[in-house]
Amino acid sequence: MKYAILVNEGPFNHQASDSAYQFCKHALQKGHEVLRVFFYYDGVLNGTKHSAPQADDRNIVKRWSQLGKDYHLDLAVCVAAGLRRGITEEVVAPGFRITGLGQLVEAGIDADRTIVFGD
Amino acid sequence: MSAESDNSAEPKVKRFMYVNRKAPHGTVYALEVLEMVLISAMFEQDVHIAFLDDGVFQVKKGQNPAVLEMKDFSKTYRALEGYGIEKVFIEKESMEERGLSADDLIIPVEVIGREELGALMESMDVVLSA
Amino acid sequence: MLHLVNKSPFERNTLEACLKRAPKGSSILLYEDAVYAALQGTTLSAAMTQAAKTHDIYVLTPDLTARGLDGASILEGVRPVDYDRFVDLTADKGTVQSWL
Repeated sequence: MKYAILVNEGPFNHQASDSAYQFCKHALQKGHEVLRVFFYYDGVLNGTKHSAPQADDRNIVKRWSQLGKDYHLDLAVCVAAGLRRGITEEVVAPGFRITGLGQLVEAGIDADRTIVFGD
Repeated sequence: MSAESDNSAEPKVKRFMYVNRKAPHGTVYALEVLEMVLISAMFEQDVHIAFLDDGVFQVKKGQNPAVLEMKDFSKTYRALEGYGIEKVFIEKESMEERGLSADDLIIPVEVIGREELGALMESMDVVLSA
Repeated sequence: MLHLVNKSPFERNTLEACLKRAPKGSSILLYEDAVYAALQGTTLSAAMTQAAKTHDIYVLTPDLTARGLDGASILEGVRPVDYDRFVDLTADKGTVQSWL
């Protein structure tokens, strides 16, 4: 299956990003394809390199970057939602890129399944 | 504009539904869903919008968030038709529960029963909610 | 179709909203805080047992485990699944709708 994943919420406040990550990890391990993980609404906050959680907690941003690297994932941060929240090219973490909302629609068209993780 | 790559045989047209269950202004979801809907109009897909539960308040007439120095995006719903988005549904039961009727709405929408809405959702390829 | 619900029914109405519209025979996965809806002995147990007769209801076990509900009694008719099975469900059941 080809998946498009939409993450609606930022890291930490809600479990949405954790659940999306777990879903992607398991889908990829099973041999499915994740065409794009699109970060929208406060979800764009998953893409900041300035996130620095305490050492005894998971690093949600780094974890996405690593999964992106391991599986060549497209981690797409919405430009309009990002600008609102101060997530710009200068602050995106490795593996993330800033792009237009059209890329979400495109992923929805190309994927077999689109799954939304929100609150 | 097409979302298709140059040499594909048939353009893919999918049934998209944007599901609105939340009231406007208290959270940002209504505004950003609307931005998503407008973008999707450029991809020549079969776009549906549904307002149900507190989402019905998004299309209520007479909103004036400017009094709170917040953006008034309710007028944008009127632009949907101009973008070729005509499949706009509002759930009858949700309106009734909240004391609204079609006369209270900022745009003409198709009033749909709960069961019928459930069946319509079932017929979609992509359901985007917030 | 697979419906996803992630909020406790004691706090939010997303499960109720889903059950009101999901046609009979469709599937519902309870995950994150929605796993509390799968427990026996709550004020919602009777309604959920009933719902499990008309819908295929699943509950995500890692979310149960995380909440100290590993050995908890799950309602009859509600099927525990892990993340691998969650992925299978999205593949097998068609379009996925998240109730947020």
